[in-house]
Amino acid sequence: MPNSSTDALSIAGVDYSSRLLVGTGKYKDMDETKNAIETSGAQIVTVAIRRSNIGQNKEEPNLLEVIPPDKYTILPNTAGCYDAESAVRTCRLARELLDGHDLVKLEVLGDEKTLFPDIPQTLDAAKQLTDDGFKVMVYTTDDPIMAKRFEEMGCVAVMPLAAPIGSGLGIRNPYNIRTIVENANVPILVDAGVGTASDAAIAMELGCDGVLMNTAIAEAKNPVLMASAMKKAIEAGREAYLAGRMPRRAYASASSPIDGHFF
Amino acid sequence: MEILLNGDPHSIEQSCTIESLIVKLELDGKFAIEINKNIIPRSEYPNTRIHAGDNIEIVNAIGGG
Repeated sequence: MPNSSTDALSIAGVDYSSRLLVGTGKYKDMDETKNAIETSGAQIVTVAIRRSNIGQNKEEPNLLEVIPPDKYTILPNTAGCYDAESAVRTCRLARELLDGHDLVKLEVLGDEKTLFPDIPQTLDAAKQLTDDGFKVMVYTTDDPIMAKRFEEMGCVAVMPLAAPIGSGLGIRNPYNIRTIVENANVPILVDAGVGTASDAAIAMELGCDGVLMNTAIAEAKNPVLMASAMKKAIEAGREAYLAGRMPRRAYASASSPIDGHFF
Repeated sequence: MEILLNGDPHSIEQSCTIESLIVKLELDGKFAIEINKNIIPRSEYPNTRIHAGDNIEIVNAIGGG
């Protein structure tokens, strides 16, 4: 039976037993961030790179003290970048900040209303980053052709959106996600759009290698409890995928045998 | 002399290094620094002089998805 030691998620040559990746945004405070992330069981945790608050919040703990890089794989993102240049610049700063750690989440956004990726800019940035030795996990649309292009460029994981970032609308186009998974030779992770546990399970049942989420946990009424639910949903969905679901039928199929019926 | 620090005008002493700026700002924890869009490796902080008009960015990791 598959378990976490035999069914690892392998990204850029590193094996992870958890297939749930989580963000660190939108939490009430650092305590809630820490509790939710610990409960989720996530091993890869995204962070944003922003200007330091000079001379402010001296008492507030540093995020990297709450999620220490020796315990978690820190995945710096380029959220908020609307062009390739600023995304590449952000990744280079992140690499310096994290002592040469070169795994990054690339997202180059198209507009503020949809937060859909700008694909030409994302392609440009992915090329520059892979040429510069970065291991790129790329946020993209649920387009199978683009997913293949990013794989061919050397991205270590392709992460199609399931619905707009922060929308919680769930897996809007399961057929595209399935096609992307079927064509892929690198891990495919749903990044964005998951709203609740069943959405995460559906992504995993489609064969995704993992799910990256932030808002679904952070904006739950009880984020720590939702983190627990998501952990179970990811595991349940993965096991259901590996188990292979029964075929769908248009009509009933009795579960009890007909033979030996006594009236 | 005047520099731009994280987008805002800031006055520092002449011939200040990145190292002395960090001390003056009482920065701790992990951060990364750019001068005029060039990243300064941590090992170069003591040797890197700041010039008038330099555009300095100091960044760190915060919560994000």
